[in-house]
Amino acid sequence: MTETTKKTPAPDAVPTPTPAPRGLIPLPAAAARALLLAGGVATAASAFLAWTWTAEFPGNLTINGYPGGLQWLTFTAGVLTALFALASYGIRGLGWLLPARNNAPLVLTALGGFAVTWFTVIAISAELGGVVNLEPGGWIAAIASLLPLLGAFALPQEKTGTDGTKAALKAYIAKPDRIPAAQLGNGWVQRAAITIVTIIGLAVFTYGIDTEYGELFVGYLFVVTFAMWALHTAGLLDRFSQLIAGNRSFTLAMGFAAAIAFPFTQTDDHYANIGVNILIFGTVALGLNIVVGLAGLLDLGYVAFLGVGAYTAALVSGSEFSTISGVHLPFWASALAGAAASLVFGVLIGAPTLRLRGDYLAIVTLGFGEIFRIAVNNMDGDSGPDVTNGPNGIANIPDLNLLGFNFGQPHDIGGFTLGRFANYYLLMVLIMAIVVLVYTRAADSRIGRSWIAIREDETAATAMGINGFRVKLVAFALGAALAGLAGTVSAHVTYSVVPTPYQFAGSTPPNSAFLLAAVVLGGMGTVAGPLLGAALLYLLPEKLVFLQDKSLLAFGIALILLMRFRPEGIIANRRRQLEFHETGQLDVPKQTTLTDEPAVTKAGA
Amino acid sequence: MTTPVLEARDVTMRFGGLTAVRSVDFTVNAGEIVGLIGPNGAGKTTFFNCLTGLYVPTEGTVSYKGTVLPPKPHLVTQAGIARTFQNIRLFANMTVLENVLVGRHTRTKEGLWSALLRGPGFKKAERASEERAMELLEFIGLAHKRDHLARNLPYGEQRKLEIARALASEPGLLLLDEPTAGMNPQETRATEELVFAIRDKGVAVLLIEHDMRFVFNLSDRVAVLVQGEKLVEGTSDVVQADERVIAAYLGEPFEGDPGQAEAAEVEAAEAAAGAAADAPGTASSTKGEAQ
Repeated sequence: MTETTKKTPAPDAVPTPTPAPRGLIPLPAAAARALLLAGGVATAASAFLAWTWTAEFPGNLTINGYPGGLQWLTFTAGVLTALFALASYGIRGLGWLLPARNNAPLVLTALGGFAVTWFTVIAISAELGGVVNLEPGGWIAAIASLLPLLGAFALPQEKTGTDGTKAALKAYIAKPDRIPAAQLGNGWVQRAAITIVTIIGLAVFTYGIDTEYGELFVGYLFVVTFAMWALHTAGLLDRFSQLIAGNRSFTLAMGFAAAIAFPFTQTDDHYANIGVNILIFGTVALGLNIVVGLAGLLDLGYVAFLGVGAYTAALVSGSEFSTISGVHLPFWASALAGAAASLVFGVLIGAPTLRLRGDYLAIVTLGFGEIFRIAVNNMDGDSGPDVTNGPNGIANIPDLNLLGFNFGQPHDIGGFTLGRFANYYLLMVLIMAIVVLVYTRAADSRIGRSWIAIREDETAATAMGINGFRVKLVAFALGAALAGLAGTVSAHVTYSVVPTPYQFAGSTPPNSAFLLAAVVLGGMGTVAGPLLGAALLYLLPEKLVFLQDKSLLAFGIALILLMRFRPEGIIANRRRQLEFHETGQLDVPKQTTLTDEPAVTKAGA
Repeated sequence: MTTPVLEARDVTMRFGGLTAVRSVDFTVNAGEIVGLIGPNGAGKTTFFNCLTGLYVPTEGTVSYKGTVLPPKPHLVTQAGIARTFQNIRLFANMTVLENVLVGRHTRTKEGLWSALLRGPGFKKAERASEERAMELLEFIGLAHKRDHLARNLPYGEQRKLEIARALASEPGLLLLDEPTAGMNPQETRATEELVFAIRDKGVAVLLIEHDMRFVFNLSDRVAVLVQGEKLVEGTSDVVQADERVIAAYLGEPFEGDPGQAEAAEVEAAEAAAGAAADAPGTASSTKGEAQ
């Protein structure tokens, strides 16, 4: 502003000091770029040195010539930085990495490399007692990872004006307003791209689940967060969502193929166990997403429906501890029974409570959720009828046997051994597929629209002829039934059902607070959001054992930060993104170029 | 006499000790445009809410084409009365098309099972709904903005969209609550055209409005509501000539006033009112200023 006013009156006077945009660190642009490239390569290379002298630090970082553990992450970050640096030079074949030619991705990958390397170096020093435990390689890595950072902040920045350092830093990691339109190529190229991204995604996700110790998982989170952020600012995530929008069913198929492929990549059934638990948690979160994300009903006792499903399945599983022993239904029947029982409970709880709005509904559902747990805890024949064995629960639930396929036994399929949890994992993938189908179809229909209308403005919705109570009850019951369905599998996976997990808040999922957090954190009203949120919320306490009882505090802080900076959740629904960020520009809803037919934009996710 | 589309009989609405609407009888005939005016706080919107089931009237009944309406908003809409709101109440985060599709709710049947199974019936119904919604959007001139979020429309278009959404339920009677509030003269004029066009489609219209020119231009009949009671009802001329109406808007002299200055004012006002009664045209302009 001030510059222009200064300039206009005397254009021919002494050159005013506006000109060449420059970085925070005074260096010529060419040098900055070279520093980034060299630094990226050096960071990657430093991963091949020995960082410490003892293998006491997990992951064995003592070998010269081969990276181990966290060094792999440093290596990845270094390579990414170098790749983006090369792309910024305009190297042919890499131009697609930086469609907008902006610097933010360079800054962010450099930050990622710096973060993971320094985290490792500090963790070594802290755990082994002092910096003396660092080999020269460790020092080299620390310095090498600083170089790209220096280069990144020396890059010229248009917006660093007189606004101060904070604004300047913000400008460094800002996503440009305009990303040049993409040439997405023909159908086969698009599908190939989606396939490659799916494979990379599976590899990244698998790596995350397979991390063996907390430090590695933290480093993984650093690298993944910064890499995703870099891709976002480069505009590549937008581009990918365009791709997805054009090939929706193909992407869905690839997603499920990747989900099915996961257990085949695992050698240890423990990780398949994590996988199946994430799927159960994610499925329930997706069911909750119908209630919260679509219909806007805040349900704080949702985990009770999972419990109803699990207890129902346990009762009819043929377990000797079941109070209706002797009854042994096949799985399809017990799954239906679990879903139906949950549905009935959903209607019973919903019918009186759904006449309330907003906060009142939240409090009442919270109450009902607790009533379920306490009731189950007391139905042990002493203080109530003998149905659930009270706190002892129903143990020894036999493994499923579907068409002669015993889920309890390892099976060899095409050279891969699928353990017990891998079997259940595949069953859960099937159930999740059903839930995803139910969710997407319901969202994109007359009833889905009326849910959204109720969420937006209940009075106007009823004035448009929507029977608010009935439509909300359907949402509530459907969400309950889906949770019940997931519960039937969870009963078999865990061998036994006890009342304790079905509480409002606890330090391990699933509980109502975690479920709600998964939906909100991942992104309300989307399919992928709650699944991602569930994966994160399950993995964090599982991997970060050192947090232990402080994990809830950590979550609280993380949630507050997320709600402050990205209130629409990690994966944003277009609707909600516009709701929270006034962009000032009209939403330009369609990129007609990328679909062959005049696509009908529909409601929903 | 044509058949009444809407017939409100002896409608009374009390909130605790306050009587907002006091035994109002009111009819709207097929093909009519009826205006409902009154000073602020006269109970117009409350009366609207009684008609559409948002409030349950303390006494009295509302019937549509001879059947008594249950006091449930969705059943009223189902029966054939659609409404707009004084403060625009669109579904802000839904697209223009989706807003109108929600309006189609009562005229479509597809439930959850149909949505999940996606049979041919579902697709047919969705397509039919969408076609109908697009017709309406073309009717109000918003077809080119079908995929915009409602919140991003300019104010005048939001008002129009609300009307389209109401029309989507295929009503026999459309209630408009201050359709031109906040509009400039051009937009008001366009709305006038739109209301006439709606009437020509065979939909009776009842509107609350403060813009007197708008009301008297449009309406076949005008009813005046003052302090919850229906004061006058009749054609524009009759209403404009009515002294009580003028008094309701401008205030009337009250008796037993001890103050000298006030007494002089009262006399002046009476003189003015007398003049107005002689020349109805002047009276309407006086009322216009009363806005």
